[in-house]
Amino acid sequence: MKRTLADRNRKRTFAGWIGKRALGGVLTVLLASILIYGALRLAPGDPVLAMTGGRRLTPDQVEALRHRYGLDQGFMQGYLAWIGDALRLDFGTSMNYQTSVTSLITNRLGVSGVLILYSAVLAIVFGFAVALASAVKGGLVNRVAGIVAAVTTATPTFVSAIGLLALFSVGLGWFPATGAGTGLADRLWHLTLPAVAMAIVAFGVLARVGNAAFAEELRREHVEVARSRGVSTAAVIRRHVVRNALAPILTIIGLLFASLFVGTAVVETAFGLDGVGSLLVSSVSRRDFPVVQGIALIAVLLFVVVNTLVDLAMPFIDPRVTVGGPGR
Amino acid sequence: MLAKKTLARKGTPDGRAEDRRDALGISGLSLAVGTGERAIPLLADVTVRVGRGETVGLVGESGSGKSLTARAALGMLPRGARATGGVTVADVDVLAAGRRQLRDLRRTRASMIFQDPRASINPVRRIGDYLTEGLRARGVPARAAAERARDLLDQVGIRDPKGAMRRFPHEFSGGMLQRVVIAGALSTEPELLLADEPTTALDVTTQAEVVGLLKDMQRVHGTGMLFVTHDLDLAAAICDRVYVMYAGRIVEEAASASLFAAPAHPYTRALLEASPSVHGEKAEIKAITGRPRALAESPSGCSFRDRCPLAGDECAGTVPAHRPHGTSLVACVRPEQVTP
Amino acid sequence: MTLTIPALRARSAKRRRRRPLIVSLAVAFLILVAAMGLLAPVLAPHSPDATSLLNSLLPPGAEGHWLGTDSTGRDVLSRIMYGARLSLLAPLGVVLLSGLLGTAIGLLAARAGGWADAVLSRGMDIVFAFPSMLLAMLVVAVFGPGLTAPICALAVSYTPFVGRVVRSVAIQEGTRPYMESYRVMGFGELWVTLRHLLPNVVPVLVAQSTLAFGYALVDLAALSYLGLGVRPPDADWGSMISQARSAILQGEPWSGLLPGLVVLLTVVSVNVLGEHIGGSIGRKQSEGA
Repeated sequence: MKRTLADRNRKRTFAGWIGKRALGGVLTVLLASILIYGALRLAPGDPVLAMTGGRRLTPDQVEALRHRYGLDQGFMQGYLAWIGDALRLDFGTSMNYQTSVTSLITNRLGVSGVLILYSAVLAIVFGFAVALASAVKGGLVNRVAGIVAAVTTATPTFVSAIGLLALFSVGLGWFPATGAGTGLADRLWHLTLPAVAMAIVAFGVLARVGNAAFAEELRREHVEVARSRGVSTAAVIRRHVVRNALAPILTIIGLLFASLFVGTAVVETAFGLDGVGSLLVSSVSRRDFPVVQGIALIAVLLFVVVNTLVDLAMPFIDPRVTVGGPGR
Repeated sequence: MLAKKTLARKGTPDGRAEDRRDALGISGLSLAVGTGERAIPLLADVTVRVGRGETVGLVGESGSGKSLTARAALGMLPRGARATGGVTVADVDVLAAGRRQLRDLRRTRASMIFQDPRASINPVRRIGDYLTEGLRARGVPARAAAERARDLLDQVGIRDPKGAMRRFPHEFSGGMLQRVVIAGALSTEPELLLADEPTTALDVTTQAEVVGLLKDMQRVHGTGMLFVTHDLDLAAAICDRVYVMYAGRIVEEAASASLFAAPAHPYTRALLEASPSVHGEKAEIKAITGRPRALAESPSGCSFRDRCPLAGDECAGTVPAHRPHGTSLVACVRPEQVTP
Repeated sequence: MTLTIPALRARSAKRRRRRPLIVSLAVAFLILVAAMGLLAPVLAPHSPDATSLLNSLLPPGAEGHWLGTDSTGRDVLSRIMYGARLSLLAPLGVVLLSGLLGTAIGLLAARAGGWADAVLSRGMDIVFAFPSMLLAMLVVAVFGPGLTAPICALAVSYTPFVGRVVRSVAIQEGTRPYMESYRVMGFGELWVTLRHLLPNVVPVLVAQSTLAFGYALVDLAALSYLGLGVRPPDADWGSMISQARSAILQGEPWSGLLPGLVVLLTVVSVNVLGEHIGGSIGRKQSEGA
């Protein structure tokens, strides 16, 4: 009787906690969207001239543009019109391509999406393996892994991109230097070098964070207790070490998604891929504002969603995370 | 393997005399880390015996090597340590055992209870998971293991065992958790229970309950127990025999009953005088001068001589051999000066 | 494991306290790179902009050009030396700005407490959620290519990285009894904060700023690589790599790989140094406690 009441209370605080977290995420996206929209207004001089980047326009065309981007209205009105459209996935029309920003982005999601997932899988699989092996084996393996992780963490993506390009595609000819390929197998083959280049930093970070987390869990007494009960080494590592280290590792994976997204800009430029990242770079240099704003908003949204999901997963991973505690 | 086990079960728990096999036999165990010049000795010539169903205390200050000794019984040596001497648990030669044999030993013959129950149980796994882990590792089906775990929870006095199985460790108090740990240790029906300061991390009031429970369970299950503690009074109260350890060596072995009346080693007497005991006539507490030593940093000859009020020149030469004095076995050259 | 053996611990502690060789190497390399940038006019064997089509794409070790030449025949070594100036100065600007901002915000949040702390902390959380490179690209889109705008953007972006740590150290230090006694003696809040809290914050500030320097260097070099950073004729390491793209595809990668290697080694050195500083603070604190 008593327990059902307690359970109900727990459920209520849990719902409230989820609401709080979600609200925090929404607030972040909201403020970021104001910043992204406001950036246009920050531009020195007439924003429309900044947007058109020196292209010659008739006064009528300028006026039409001003109206289109809500620049003839107050800030709030303009913002509300823009965000209202954005919520309906309408980010306006590209100045450069003269097509809708949404279709520009969706046409390129195939390349960038595969690239991000591919590199995330590479980074997680290898980072996890190296972290676990070095923490369990210790000694020389640990030292070598530590050096590898330190170097890969510090390798800028554009350096790994040109290094891989020079060695594996120009030098050895194993992989193509440009293009995204057609069909799944061909695409994966084309995207292998770019994905590896993007994954290198994330791999290093995961290997270091994972190693620290695994090593800490290995020192815990309950691991020794499990060993003292004759639980096999594999089961001890799976049930007590990996399971317990999951929380910090998942948190870092969530944070790494931001660096992977930025990585697509560099890697797609280096390997001549037509993806969202290279679209962002070319739009920034051409000051194609609607495209930049659209991509920036989507990126922030994705990043916040991923990290909020990670946050929400925490109580299931670690029951000690108090759901009713102060939401920070 | 199986046949051996059923044979072992035939001995009556309290029939110590007719059972030739001890639950634990440690003889002349020495332990060192490193090699050659840089070797650091940890234990020297440690001999400890626990008969079937017997309770034996292992008492010493921190750093004396008592926990190392208990862990050695399960083959859990520090990384890079080399051991000489003999360690047998119910006929299994622990030091010679391979990985698989050690695992079988830990799954079926011997269990260990550690100091801090909160650190002993994985905080992200459920209580039921902890209790059944040992049984599951041995190949007991999930359902049978859960049933046995519920039964044990009931035995150690946890209310609503069924609900407790689904709870997480942080939902229990320290005393309750130590009950869970005891249930977990007994789940595999071991012949030897190694209790490493099982009450140190608990409140004074829960300590007594847990000790009582431990004794009860041990009696019911007929398990031999090595009770490791720094508390001489506690050891004497619940153990049949007590070993006193100092700086990696056993300095005295005595029946609990005679220990208070007639300590044979100056260190034992110092320990008794240092504890605020209600047994002694003198209310005065005497602290032992100096700080406890590890084996690696202890002086030549008798390890205790730099803190011993009775030490003389003859203590510096060689490590004193164990010799009988009264009802004790003592490693001191002049026990008659401690208790005539 | 949980069994600690004092004799063994003492031995490993001794090994840890000595400054590791790798840290000395890192410091030496950073001094070398900084000297190359400072003394570029004296040290550089060639003008960084002197082109020579006859001598284009020479490999490293060529006569007169130790590290070879790029696709227009410019000397790679000289360009790396001159490139060090912008490549190091720009992140230095980021670190100084973010250090200033972060310290101010962190101290303010810690000392003010209450709703001011809540607002500032939440604000730092939000800035932290905005990827730094994305913010930098956004301001480049607004103000056009160049380094000034991205430096400011990155400074804002790294402020939480400094501010959060400063805040937590300041809160920790603020609870010490001596802080209260100063207040009782009638010293002003500002005086106590600057005179006694600030010095305690400096070590973590240095450690965080060192790490931030490495991140900023990578971000700014990446911007230049993407053609969004320095504008010709200025050059940094990132733009050198960018200009080597066609040469790499022709199978002459050295004019791109060498500046890439310099970036890599610089960042590794900065990280090693930053972690060493951070680690020694942690050790000092745990020993002092």
